[in-house]
Formats: sequence, C-alpha cells, structure tokens
Amino acid sequence: MLEIKNLQAGVEGKAILKGIDLSINAGEVHAIMGPNGSGKSTLAQVLAGREGYEITDGSVRYNGEDLLDLGPEERVREGFFLAFQYPVEIPGVNTTYFLRAAVNALREHRGEAELSAVEFLKLMREKIQLLELDESLLKRSVNEGFSGGEKKRAEILQMALLDPKFAVLDETDSGLDIDALKVVAGGVNHLKHADNAQLVITHYQRLLDYIVPDHVHVLVDGRIVKSGPKELALELEERGYDWVIEEQAA
Amino acid sequence: MVAPAHMNAEDAVDRLLAALPESDAAGRARFVELGFPTPRDEDWRFTPVKPITELNFSAAPVDADATLEGCVFAAIDGPQLVFVNGHYSEALSQVGELPAGVEVRPMSAGDCPAPPAPEDAFGALNAATVTDGPFISVADNVHFESPVRVYYLSTGSNGATVNVRGYIRAEVNSQVTVLESWTGKQAGCFNNAITELHAADNAQVEHVKFQDEHTGAFHVGGLHTALGRDARVAHHSLALGGRIARNNLRAHLNGTGIEAVLNGLYLPRAGQLIDHHMVVNHAQPHCDSHEYFNGILDDDSRAVFHGRIHVHKGADKTDAKQTNKNLLLSDSATIDTKPQLEIYADDVKCTHGATIGQMNAEQIFYLRARGLDEESARRMIMHAFAGEIVERIQCEAAREELDRLVWDRLEQMGGHVAA
Repeated sequence: MLEIKNLQAGVEGKAILKGIDLSINAGEVHAIMGPNGSGKSTLAQVLAGREGYEITDGSVRYNGEDLLDLGPEERVREGFFLAFQYPVEIPGVNTTYFLRAAVNALREHRGEAELSAVEFLKLMREKIQLLELDESLLKRSVNEGFSGGEKKRAEILQMALLDPKFAVLDETDSGLDIDALKVVAGGVNHLKHADNAQLVITHYQRLLDYIVPDHVHVLVDGRIVKSGPKELALELEERGYDWVIEEQAA
Repeated sequence: MVAPAHMNAEDAVDRLLAALPESDAAGRARFVELGFPTPRDEDWRFTPVKPITELNFSAAPVDADATLEGCVFAAIDGPQLVFVNGHYSEALSQVGELPAGVEVRPMSAGDCPAPPAPEDAFGALNAATVTDGPFISVADNVHFESPVRVYYLSTGSNGATVNVRGYIRAEVNSQVTVLESWTGKQAGCFNNAITELHAADNAQVEHVKFQDEHTGAFHVGGLHTALGRDARVAHHSLALGGRIARNNLRAHLNGTGIEAVLNGLYLPRAGQLIDHHMVVNHAQPHCDSHEYFNGILDDDSRAVFHGRIHVHKGADKTDAKQTNKNLLLSDSATIDTKPQLEIYADDVKCTHGATIGQMNAEQIFYLRARGLDEESARRMIMHAFAGEIVERIQCEAAREELDRLVWDRLEQMGGHVAA
C-alpha cells in the first residue's frame, strides 16, 4: 500500500530525513518511535504534503501512485489521512460546516452524491458516540477553545468520517490522560480493518498498550535504525534509545 | 469621463457654506470656527480629508427618479423611510399603520430635537446645513417587532453634498430595530450624517448600518448613543463602500447594568479608505461593552480603527472587551489600528487587542489536509472572518441577507495566500 524508498527531506537546506525505507501493506499497523528531533513529525508532514519541506531524494509510492506528486487535498481524496499532532484552530469556521464540506469533497471525488445537512448530521451522530464527544462541540468553531483531549478526539472523529485507507497518527497520544487515551485508541482500533493500514507515530510506549502494532520502527537522526515486532516497543520503554544508537554505531 | 477639477482645499469651508442652504446660524459659526481637521489632528491622523475638501461642492438636488431597485432589506416587512440626496421621498417611503406609541416620520414632518453639540467640523457642518432625516420613536413599554428601515440614496456626483440627521429614541422598557442602508451609484458625492440613538432605562435597541456607496463616494457618519440604566444596545456597522468612509461612533453609558455591543466589518478594496473611530464612555458601574471589529482589506486599500474605552472614576465592575482583527489580502493594503483603554476606576475587567495578518498558511494546510482544495479553504477562512461579525446581528432576515451579500463581495476580492 505504501512504499517509502530512500526518502530524504529537509527544511531550508537542513537535512532532517536522511534516507527512510518503509513498506506498509494493507491490514497492517506500524509504529514509529524515536527520540525528540529524530524526524518523526517531519515524516508525517512530508507524507501529508505540507509545503516548506524540500524533498531531496527518494520516492513514496502509494497504491502504485507517486504520492509526492499529489497536493495535500488530492492525497486525502485517495484515502490518505493525517491526524495532526497540533490540530489547528480556525475561529469562525463552524465545525459541522467544515466536516460536511470535507466529507462532501471526498464524496464528489468518488462520484457520490453530496450528503444533505440532515443526512450528514445522522452520520455524524453515529461517529461522535464512538469518540464520546459532546455534541455541543460540533456547534463551535473548528478546534477553538477545545481542550487538548477534545482536539485529539476531534481528529479521530474526522478520521472516522473520512474513513481513510491509510492513516498517519502523529503523536495522537501526547498530552492525553489515560481515559482519553483509551477512548482515542478505541476509536482508532474500531476504524481498523483488513483493507486499510495505520502508521502510528508516538513518543511513548504507553499508546502501544492500546493500539497494538504489527511492526515497530525506531527512527533516529532521520533514519530507521531498527525494526522489529511489537515487543521492541517494550524493550525501548525499558532501556531507552541509547542502546539502539550504540548498536547501530557498532 | 472627465476627471473632476480639484478645488482649493483652503477655502472649502466658504465654498460649502456658499453652496448649501443654511439651516442653523450657530452651526455655521461653529463650522467656520473649527475648520476642517488636518493630519496633525490626532483623531484624523490616518484619514486625510483633503480628497473631500477638494470637491467642487454643490447642494445635492431633489431627485424624483431615484428607485430602491437593488437595495437590501426589500423582503423585510415594516415601515420604511427613504431619503434621496437628503430629501424625504414620500413616493418611495411606506410607513403604513403603526401601533400606538410608535412614531416613524421624517424630521421635517414634526418637531425636531436640538442637534448634539458638534465635536468637529463635520458635526458643525451637519448642524448648519442639515436638510432632513428619519425620526423614530418608541414609547414606554412598547415592543415594536417590525424593523424600521431607513434608506439613504445618493444620486449626485462630483461634490454633490448631503447633510442628514437621524434621531432614534427608545423609551423605558421599549424595543426597536432600525436597519439603515446607504447606497449610491455615483462617484464624488459626499454624505455627511449624524444619527442620535437614545435608549432609555431597560430599552433594547438593535441598529444596523449597511453602507455600500460607490467606491468613489465620500461618507462621514456620526452615531451618538446615549444609554440609560439596563439598556441593551447593539450597533452593527457593515462598511463596504466609499473612497473615504469615516464612522464616528460615540457611546455614553450613563446608567448601571448596560450592555452595549459595537460590532463592525469593513471590506475595503481598490483605493478605498474605511475608518471606524470609536469612543465608549463608561460613566457608571456594572456595565458591559464589547467592541468587535474585523476587516478584510484588498488591493491598495486602507482601513483605520481607533477604539477608545474610557472608564470614568466610579465605574467599577466595568467589563469592557475590544478586539480588532484584520486580514490583509494584498501586500499593498494598509491598516492603522489603535485600540486604547483609559481607566480611572479601580475594579474593572478591560481587555483590548488587535491582530493584523495575512491568510494563515497553517489553517489553509489543515483544511487541505481534510480534502478541501486550496481555493475552497481560502474562501472558508475569509468567510469565517466576516461571518464572526455578521452572525452577531440578531434580526434574522437582515443577518441572512447581509451574510449572502458579504459572501458575494468576498468572492470578488482577491485573497492571496501567504507562503
């Protein structure tokens, strides 16, 4: 589904990703862990099509297509989704209005009829229960005045509405208390099925108690230096990252 | 088209008084004494009046051919007063039957209260040469549900000058909504208006001013509000038109428990300058005043926001909040914003702030990362910026119409995304 080869990218001449290789198949959950500044969020941003990053080498194939050739919105329409580490507040844009526009942009791309306000509301009521979100949030401006936990849950609500084939979750667990984490993880797990895939970027092993990955990758200084089964995450939690770095240097 | 010859700005006062019929000798003397403000005058620092003082002034004529075609609020029921070039148009006005205690008429058809003391040359000019204007009064305990519409049409050009004065009085426990529309299809006309709004104890008033004159027109409008105890008053200024459009907003909170909202949106483009100059006086304790002004500026346009909240000694428990947000769509647009607090009371909650920015790239990316194309994302953010203001209008029919109208106007504006 996703094939990253020797991806190199940076900002203003400073290299951040120094050759990433990663292959993700349908039905799989991958986790990327790594210390601060290792390039985790840059990878997420580059995959989502954020402007301002220079891609200096490598390729990303997504279902056979060149992902890097597509604009951010085209990626979404092809089933890509990024849950933001820091969801953006947009004062004055009503959340329901925004979500309906997003869903309908996707439907239009697929040649499906637009959802009316009533149809959309029905769909949304279904989804917000999954995230245990208060319906009153939907009447507010996008992310404005939301608590940290509400913002993250709202990201997963968007994911539920857009039902992506490939989702990147960028530190969705950061700043969540354990109850909120369970709700968010429950939502993500509910959205997982055999035909889609997830890439979970996290700083803490804790998340992986609730979202169980098939593969764990360790990102250090812009490279994946170690990959392994889910047990690798536990080892990282116990021993930190230094041994991986040392092992690699050896 | 022949460009109008620039007249000497120095003798503008004399030329105006010669061109316009005189209605008040004291106003005339005051106008001569004050003279037009200069850029050295702090209140006019960012708004040069020279383009006005260089006009070849004439009295705007009576025009029987004017129509209300294309005007806003047409579908709203209720009395309407129409002034064409400052003269009452009986043909276009419709007052109909009014409930007891409600008076809606031109000033010229009855007694006129004395004009407010002029604070500057424009006020004095208005007092000296005013022709007519709306008189709207609602008696004690009367809730007048139908909005009163006031249309000001300008058909003159090249220095055609209009001086009108409006008067709105809501007595104790009364309620009224007034919708004003200012339109004109000609460049060069000059509207100079004063509106007084008196809300007595516990009165509720909503006042909407929709100003969409020609982008070559000149407009100076003063709104003087005097509020009594527990009055709830909202003024909404939607400023879209004019080469120079200056709004002087003065609010006097004279009782306790008042809630005043001053809410405005300005959308200048191509060479326009729109100025809101506001002074809110908190004279008594336990009053709330909220001032929200948003502007979206395109091309080489300018906007000015001056907001002063003056909390007098003893006006404790004042809650005053003032925000001015600006979105610049073009590198050559200019905003001068000056929020000010002057506080002489001890126990108050006052905040003010101004922001100036280009289209926020983070917000655009976020919307694109949810599948909206860049153009839709940009429109959504612009609309939101304007919608924040428009949605405060309580009169639903007016709000919906103005929302559509603002949306259409934004569609015509550029909107360059910041990198």
